[in-house]
Amino acid sequence: MPDVLEVDVEQKTARLALLGAPNCGKTSLFNALTGGRAKVANYPGVTVEYRKGDFDLSNGQGIELLDLPGVYGDCGHSMDERVAIDAVRGKLKGERRPDGLVFMMDASHITTHLHNVLQAKNYGLPMVLVLNMMDMAARDGIDIDVGQLEAMLGIPVISCVAVRASGRAHLLDFLSEWTGDVLHGSAALPDPEAETLKDLQAKARHITGGAVSRIVQAETMTQRIDKIVLHPVLGLVILAAILVFMFQAVYWWAGPFMDAIEGGFGWLQGTVESVLPDGWLKSLISDGIIAGVGSVLIFLPQIIILFAFILLLEASGYMARAAFLVDTLMAKVGLNGRAFIPLLSSFACAIPGIMAARTIEQERDRLTTILIAPLMTCAARWPVYIMIIGAFIPNTRVGFLGLQGLVAFGLVIVGIIFAMIMAFIFKRTLMKGAKSTLLIELPSYKMPVFKDYLMGLWDRAKIFINRAGRIILPASIIIWFLASYPTKEDGIAGTFAGMIGSVIEPILRPIGFNLEIAISLIPGMAAREVVVGALATIYALDSEAVDGPIREVLQNSWSLPTALAFLAWFVFAPQCLSTLAIMKKETNGWKWPLFAFGYLFVLAYVAAGVTYHTAMAFGL
Amino acid sequence: MTLRDLSKNTPARILGFNASDQDLETRLREIGFAEGDQVEALHFGLFGRNPMSVRLNGALIALRKTEAEAVMVEIVSA
Repeated sequence: MPDVLEVDVEQKTARLALLGAPNCGKTSLFNALTGGRAKVANYPGVTVEYRKGDFDLSNGQGIELLDLPGVYGDCGHSMDERVAIDAVRGKLKGERRPDGLVFMMDASHITTHLHNVLQAKNYGLPMVLVLNMMDMAARDGIDIDVGQLEAMLGIPVISCVAVRASGRAHLLDFLSEWTGDVLHGSAALPDPEAETLKDLQAKARHITGGAVSRIVQAETMTQRIDKIVLHPVLGLVILAAILVFMFQAVYWWAGPFMDAIEGGFGWLQGTVESVLPDGWLKSLISDGIIAGVGSVLIFLPQIIILFAFILLLEASGYMARAAFLVDTLMAKVGLNGRAFIPLLSSFACAIPGIMAARTIEQERDRLTTILIAPLMTCAARWPVYIMIIGAFIPNTRVGFLGLQGLVAFGLVIVGIIFAMIMAFIFKRTLMKGAKSTLLIELPSYKMPVFKDYLMGLWDRAKIFINRAGRIILPASIIIWFLASYPTKEDGIAGTFAGMIGSVIEPILRPIGFNLEIAISLIPGMAAREVVVGALATIYALDSEAVDGPIREVLQNSWSLPTALAFLAWFVFAPQCLSTLAIMKKETNGWKWPLFAFGYLFVLAYVAAGVTYHTAMAFGL
Repeated sequence: MTLRDLSKNTPARILGFNASDQDLETRLREIGFAEGDQVEALHFGLFGRNPMSVRLNGALIALRKTEAEAVMVEIVSA
């Protein structure tokens, strides 16, 4: 009977969703199962990111796996929690409801979180409970009777160590069988009973009382480390030391790699100049594209080192501790405790930071966080800082620390201080009301999974390189054109760029900026690091300027007060169209992005002016 | 007394909730606070002992004054 055979051959892909509290290891399992081949997509309507990935089980059954934002209960207090809950309820437009739920839980925290499993059972989807990190739970003296737990919960329970292939084998075997039942409808759960959260908690405590035994309340490794790391004074000292070391390392370790990249681009430029005949094409490729793109790509080693630290702190579980340590200050200025993660993400780029503010439940707190996010030192500022610091700050030592790294650290701190001041002002004027809150779990310390770590690092490097291709390359070509035509005979002043620059230069002259800076700031609206490429192209085209790396060119063309004013400007630097665009999207209008641009411009202008005139007064 | 009044390393038992709004009680319950559970304050922030972190059934939860004041506790005599 060919019809029946057809049905058997054409297997349906099962759609499973990973549900569970933050930090329970969902993403590690997701990466391990899908091999990291994830599509990052946005839910329609809102822009909360989620990941989807496909893989096949050993019996050939295809699985589409959804990695949802971490959530504790079924209420959805913030935007990202609501997305996770809507997804399992099948209420997201354009998304099919999952066929089954894989509820993941850190086995060590079973007593605290088991009622979340009972809540999730009420979604009415077939569900399996995966107890992750069983090895660590055993080490901490927690013994779980999986058989009894299954009997009492009425759903399958699988023990798992998501980060090890041997630890996932049991789960994969189980899924092969279970997904079939899910698709045939034989894994369905009984109809939910209406119970209050309090009742569910009592029920959960009864279950854990029977199925979980804690042998010794031994002091775990995490508790021993926390005695030092979370100490109110010592903890802050350690955090500061980690940050200082991180910024030092950016300068210490990147040198040889930067020299290699600089040498590579220099060789490329030399080759192009010797091969191509004199003319516009040679100038475009050498002075426009290679000078522009090369001057930005040279910072790739620094960006990688910076993220190597950030990702390590995140994966080890330290980041939540850092949030706890600085929360004492955040509480003082009235910021929401959940603002820490968005602000920290803003050190990479304000865009994911502003999007991450969705985890903040109170609207006014979310707006305050969005407004101050651009004051965090994003990756696009690093090329500017590194270029100017490398050119103007002597490479000497203060004690055992490098002066260059200290100046960079100082600029970052100034940004943070002003973010706190502005938050304090906003919370007392525009954003009055709403009590600030903090309620988070501090995860146990973990050894980061090497593969996940490298994948995260590679993602960051890719974003940086893509930007160089998508933004810096076209910008460099445009700047080359503007700075070359209609005539270069009178230097930069006779070009289109010079004409445009001379319009805004008078506004910037009082704060010590010259014509070249004025010109570079215009394309710099697209992205802050474009300024570096723009300056490189402008000076490469300028016949009067010395030839050589942009660092040496600047040393010969700028005064120290101008360089310092330029650094001060970039602490606040309002210019970044992508940031303003995401602000508009997240606040539904132009009001807040325009306000942010305005206040940042004023701060940048005043800071640069004060810096310039102070430096002049000291005769620098 | 409330969780907020606990001193360091003094085990206490949760009696109930005293939240000004239902939403706060729900959030506290969802993250794991429940009647009868044992809690212990472990760490405090530098300024005004805010925030604090407590051990709850093997998990470590960080919370601010506002949240801690909504959890009613009694000290367990050793």
